[in-house]
Amino acid sequence: MPEEVSKGNGNNGKKGGLLGHIREDLESLKTDLPAKAKEQVEILSKPTKTQVYTSIFRHKHDDTPRNRALGVLSNVFLHLHPAKINRDAVRYSYTWGMGGITFYLFFVLTLTGVLLMFYYHPSKVQAFRDVLYLEHDVPYGKLLRNMHRWAAHLMVIAVELHMFRVFLTGSYKKPREFNWTVGVILLVLTLLLSFTGYLLPDDQLGFWAVTVGTNMARATPLLGHEGPFGAQLGMTPYNDVRFGLLGGSIVDANALLRSYIWHCIGIPIIASVFMIVHFWRVRKDGGISGPAPVVLDSEIKEAKK
Amino acid sequence: MDWKQLWEILSAPDNVPIIAMIPLLAFYIYLAWKQAHANDLLIAELAADPALAKTHHRKTWPFRPGWQKEVHVWPFLLRVEFLAAIIVTIILMVWSITLNAPLEEPANPNLTMNPAKAPWYFLGLQEMLVYFDPWIAGVVMPTLIIIGLMVIPYIDTNPLGAGYYTWKQRKFAIGTFLFGFVILWVSMIFIGTFIRGPGWQWFWPGQTWDHNRLIYEVNRDLPDIFGITSNFWKGIFGAIVVGGYFIVGGLIVNGLFRRSNPKDYKRMSLLQYSLMMTFFLIMVALPIKILIRLLFHIKYVWITPWFNI
Repeated sequence: MPEEVSKGNGNNGKKGGLLGHIREDLESLKTDLPAKAKEQVEILSKPTKTQVYTSIFRHKHDDTPRNRALGVLSNVFLHLHPAKINRDAVRYSYTWGMGGITFYLFFVLTLTGVLLMFYYHPSKVQAFRDVLYLEHDVPYGKLLRNMHRWAAHLMVIAVELHMFRVFLTGSYKKPREFNWTVGVILLVLTLLLSFTGYLLPDDQLGFWAVTVGTNMARATPLLGHEGPFGAQLGMTPYNDVRFGLLGGSIVDANALLRSYIWHCIGIPIIASVFMIVHFWRVRKDGGISGPAPVVLDSEIKEAKK
Repeated sequence: MDWKQLWEILSAPDNVPIIAMIPLLAFYIYLAWKQAHANDLLIAELAADPALAKTHHRKTWPFRPGWQKEVHVWPFLLRVEFLAAIIVTIILMVWSITLNAPLEEPANPNLTMNPAKAPWYFLGLQEMLVYFDPWIAGVVMPTLIIIGLMVIPYIDTNPLGAGYYTWKQRKFAIGTFLFGFVILWVSMIFIGTFIRGPGWQWFWPGQTWDHNRLIYEVNRDLPDIFGITSNFWKGIFGAIVVGGYFIVGGLIVNGLFRRSNPKDYKRMSLLQYSLMMTFFLIMVALPIKILIRLLFHIKYVWITPWFNI
């Protein structure tokens, strides 16, 4: 071997040394390749043991209580849930599932909304044509728009039913008072989201609905030019709260753009923040309120004042 | 009976959600009532039998001592959520395939839609425009609704009925909410959608929408009936009537409330009690104003140079 090394270092031996190396490499491949291939097949035959898999999934999946808990706790999308809940809390008749359905509809609306944004220009020239284009030329465009519209209406209904259920089960009571007020804000944001979207097709329906809606802002006390004490405070159609909402004194191009930005960016971001707080508070306030054991009137201890 | 007209209104794509909402609401009221009734029966049974109250698991659902009180979220909750997501997706798919979203002519500021309606969830407020000036119906009322909803947890001092359906333990709270939600919110939406036609006039379902119909209605103001002519005295008179409503109404509600809910009356602080009174009286003022308009053709009660109520 030292001979070969000295050859390899010498000028003349360069070519022969290289050949020697190649021969040696090929020899080793003959034995290493089958061995490594066999090893590889063995590794791949157990995909859950691979480094890629174990780096993604941090725990085993055989059906043990520990893994059931980890399945929820080690998943960022599911970790909003606790590992275990009251056995009766999964009953549909108690929660009606309306809060979750509302969130799911928000998700559907985000998805369909982003897809619609690819085909829509918020300008007076383009907007209506874009909707026609969506309806007639874009593959599944009509389905997309329909789904966005109906999911929006369904979300309003789901939010109202959710609030109704929370009221009827007294779930706003201590310690959940604050989360109820966050929920009221989310209800308002849902209505505003739907309302700002109404104008976007730029058709008669949306135009007049938004005209009727924003005309109310004229009458805002103090801040609207037709509202009580508005004129006395110097409000005109060109500087009052309605002007600020529409970006003009009539529903026109600026109103369309403002509507679009509030609808696609502004309100979704605000609503997301409130949703984060809402969901987080559900957990922090001790999970969903029930179904709790009934309490008798005689068991209430009056707090001393 | 104009079936075509009726069908046109019922099948307007944006009205379909409301048609869907009414049976949905009815179903959920039934579902809630069923559970509230069962719980109320259980509460009565436990109240009558203190020995049972000590050992009972306090729910209307079966439970045996050996059973675990908690279940794993995976899979017992997640499968429900997953199923709900699938069902909602199927409903949306079918709905989106079978019914097209409305698209009218391009927006035209020179061609007024008649009737020009707000989106359906705001039609309750638009309906209020008949009875109130826009600053009340469009601005003050929504603000009060939002604030009123937000203060509910802070003025409801009744500790009973947290986390289960009940009627007997929370009659006042649930009765008030049902009145506000079902009567004032949902039924006004229903009227705004299905009853109001051109010129925001009242058309019964099946009645033809006559765009030329004129209604000769002479609405008077309350001060006129009492023969008050000067603006100054109209303002004073209105203030007395409105103030009188809050004082007399407050006294009546106070008398009823402290007798029917003595414990809550005792629990509530002055601020809680006055907030509850204010919101309650304002809410009750809505149907009163509607009634005096419909029965006596009275438009305004309080007239001032700056605002009219």
